[in-house]
Amino acid sequence: MKRLTRRAVLGGAAAMGVALGARRATAAPVRLNFYFPVAVGGPITKIIDGMVADFEKEHADVTVNAIYSGSYQDTTAKALTAVKSGEPPHLAVALSTDMFTFIDEDAILPFDEIAGSGGKTWLDGFFPAFMANSRAEGRVWGVPFQRSTIVLYWNKTAFRAAGLDPDKAPATWDEMRGFAGKLTRRSGADVAQWGVEIPSSGFPYWLFQGLTTENGAILMNEAGNEVYFDKPEVVEALQYMVDLGRKWQVMPQGIIEWGTTPQDFFERKTAMMWTTTGNLTNVRANAPFPFGVAMLPAQKRRGSPTGGGNFYLFKKTSPAERQAALAFVQWMTTPERAAEWGIKTGYVAVRPDAWTTPAMKRYVANFPAAAVARDQLEFAVAEFSTHDNQRVTKILNDGLQAALTGEKHPAQALADAQSEADRVLRPYRRS
Amino acid sequence: MRSALETAAAWLLALIWILPLAYAGWTAFHPAAYATAFRFDAPLTLANFAAAWQAAPFARYFLNTFLLVTMILAAQLVLCTLAAFAFARIEFRGRAVAFLLVLVQLMVMPDVLIVENYRTMARLGILDSLGAIGLPYMASGFGIFLLRQTFKSVPRELDEAARIEGAGLLQLLWRVYVPLARPVYLAYGLVSVSYHWNNFLWPLIVTNSVETRPLTVGLQIFASTDQGIDWSIITAASLMTTAPLLVAFLLFQRQFVQSFLRAGIR
Amino acid sequence: MPSRLRPQIEGWLLLLPAAVLLALFTHYPTVATAIDSLFSTPRGARGAVYVGLDNYAEMAGDPVFWQALGNNLVFALGTVPAAIALALLMALLVDRKLAGRDFVRLAYFTPTVLPMIAVANIWLFFYTPGYGLVDQLLHLLGAPSHNWLGSRGTVLPCLMVMTVWKEAGFFMIFYLAALQQIPPSLGEAAALEGASRWTIFRRVTFPLLMPTTLFVLVNALINSFRLVDQIIVMTEGGPDNASMLLLYYVFEVGFKYWDTAYAAALTVLLLALLAALALTQFLYFDRRVHYR
Repeated sequence: MKRLTRRAVLGGAAAMGVALGARRATAAPVRLNFYFPVAVGGPITKIIDGMVADFEKEHADVTVNAIYSGSYQDTTAKALTAVKSGEPPHLAVALSTDMFTFIDEDAILPFDEIAGSGGKTWLDGFFPAFMANSRAEGRVWGVPFQRSTIVLYWNKTAFRAAGLDPDKAPATWDEMRGFAGKLTRRSGADVAQWGVEIPSSGFPYWLFQGLTTENGAILMNEAGNEVYFDKPEVVEALQYMVDLGRKWQVMPQGIIEWGTTPQDFFERKTAMMWTTTGNLTNVRANAPFPFGVAMLPAQKRRGSPTGGGNFYLFKKTSPAERQAALAFVQWMTTPERAAEWGIKTGYVAVRPDAWTTPAMKRYVANFPAAAVARDQLEFAVAEFSTHDNQRVTKILNDGLQAALTGEKHPAQALADAQSEADRVLRPYRRS
Repeated sequence: MRSALETAAAWLLALIWILPLAYAGWTAFHPAAYATAFRFDAPLTLANFAAAWQAAPFARYFLNTFLLVTMILAAQLVLCTLAAFAFARIEFRGRAVAFLLVLVQLMVMPDVLIVENYRTMARLGILDSLGAIGLPYMASGFGIFLLRQTFKSVPRELDEAARIEGAGLLQLLWRVYVPLARPVYLAYGLVSVSYHWNNFLWPLIVTNSVETRPLTVGLQIFASTDQGIDWSIITAASLMTTAPLLVAFLLFQRQFVQSFLRAGIR
Repeated sequence: MPSRLRPQIEGWLLLLPAAVLLALFTHYPTVATAIDSLFSTPRGARGAVYVGLDNYAEMAGDPVFWQALGNNLVFALGTVPAAIALALLMALLVDRKLAGRDFVRLAYFTPTVLPMIAVANIWLFFYTPGYGLVDQLLHLLGAPSHNWLGSRGTVLPCLMVMTVWKEAGFFMIFYLAALQQIPPSLGEAAALEGASRWTIFRRVTFPLLMPTTLFVLVNALINSFRLVDQIIVMTEGGPDNASMLLLYYVFEVGFKYWDTAYAAALTVLLLALLAALALTQFLYFDRRVHYR
């Protein structure tokens, strides 16, 4: 019961037409199945379809069947089942942190091997911070595409009302705490406006990783089989996050919902928020007050994890298909395309040379906040990712939430998470 | 006096019960700025519905759900009728054991067997299809049980009269049993349609694409992007996805309640 | 065709289509789940290996599993009696003549028709701290806002309130049906003897409703283990597993961690629980059949 989409039928027909019309006896036309997720608002599928059509115009012998595969999670699930049933896609965009999952399932191919020696300059052209989630076992498994980082958004009107400089974001942890204290407005037992919100539902580890990085800690090794949750720097970072709510009371206590944080910001329930750069377009459209975007504040250093999705190439495909897939990925990540994609979606353009294109320069001149994410990349680190990634991540999330809800002390919560994660990761340390 | 008090209590409870829906309606039909502010001069708008409709392929999701519900119901009616008739009126060896095996489904529901059924669908190569969503539910233990009870209550004389006239087994079933069970079919149909219109976990697991996703899954994907939540649009989408069922329910309220009664009490 | 053989063939032929599907999607997966739970999860090149009861040993040592089991029991014990009591109250209220009875019945029953997924989205909004409906109502009473779904203490009760709201109307229907079958003469006779309405309810009506109560009880209990849509929308089991329920844990282990063997072991336990509940129902059905 294989479904044939209209696209596929049209694509197939077009490819046949090309094949019949071509006089030279080239190899048969190549058809690529390409899974991509949609994780932000906006007409993402239309943008992808447009780019694919442009690619096909330039590569008459290749047809790309772009399949919108749902959320990131759907995409990984769909790709893995396709691998197990023997019909994997040729390429897909999936979470950069799913790299180890794909490797453990023996599902993907390293880019450096397919691209050969000529590919090195191309792969070296990406921001190193984004490539950090692409390397394992000495190979390059993913190519950055729709990537993001965490930034701080602040309400300039609220800053002015609290007697703060509306154009100056907090640069350090102490400053953020101090600002937040001035911005927190109480009315009786209730709080009319919080100083800051750092979301903690769903994937608190990601935002927490901002704090640990700033405090000089890393959470895992590059092999993805060891984690360092119980290091003093990590405990300090969690203590700070917990204290913002419980001790200094400048942030709501308990779990702060990721999805409603921007709404809280628009409703003036919080004067500052930490969230993804992917929210830039959303905030720009909906904030009823002037706002600023800044790098996350520093403790020992600046820092933020990266996030988002990479291209992956799948096994069980023919050499011709691999080369065609590689050509497509290379075409999608040229400086011009990377810039176009970043401008249209709000993702961070993944290559330094994309930022020097005329289109991007114009965009940044009109909207300087867009460049904050780029500037922060200098300080960014790999997003937390290990073998058995979902499970280990969940262990850390549970520990963080236990501390934030007052169930455990930060040190205890992280020690427990460490021993749980050690148990899960032990099998991956043998080889 | 006591009666007035009870009427008041009944009404108070009814208002509490309808309040969440009324509130959702308020949010969906007003601009986002009024989502949490109740003012009588708040302007009415359909913009939230338009925005939701634009933001996700809801038309396709509606079609998928419609096809899914129709397909499941049709299969259930045929399969359960045949099986129930066999259990009710044909004496074959192993009938008691077979019936017990059918009743097993009342406790081992497809809703719980998600891991293994997912593997089966993968092996059959039909993951991400409407068939994969529907197949585990088509042979319904509940439906067979319900129809068997009904068929058993059909008078033997009618059965025998038809046989004497030379009716074959299927003719007998079609001319005598099915017409007499019509209210039960209606009841079962309504229960089945509302169950599968609302079903979520299994479709979430087996579908990955726009072409197969039912409304419930589409709504969930729509409501959980990496970006923030816009309550006005999400409540609009939620109301929109429930609207057909809600309208049908309001129109056929009495039949609906009667049907649930009939399906439930046996 | 010999007439002895004919019913055999006809019976099994009629049963065949349903039997095939039942075998494929109910009986086979039940057995396969039990078998899978004795093997390890295959990953990449490594196939599944027989590991005996290792998955069950892991379960016994898994704090999340115990939390899910405990939560599920709390969830069942919290929602089922409340839903049943409310359902009975509703049925009694609308069983008599009442101004606007149709509207009242409709109001009680409507939540039942709506998809849990849509309802959960709407209630998610109510529970939003600060400007959600619940906090707005509490503000009127002067209470401070509360992080309803973000605190360990309130997240499960919040989900329970919503579940009771959604299910009570459904169970009301069964009580209404049962009430309509009680001959009014019984109550009238008791009233003539001077019994109070409470006494009549306690001595006459409620005992007669006992079979319905039992039926509703079993179904409500099964539902409390079977329905986790709201967890996916509202909490994903958080914070820190405070709203983790068994079936949601199966979903997470099976389809997020892709640890199918451990998910199978969890499923076996869930099935055992459901079977125990359903056996109660069977015994009850049996009795009803004998009564007839």
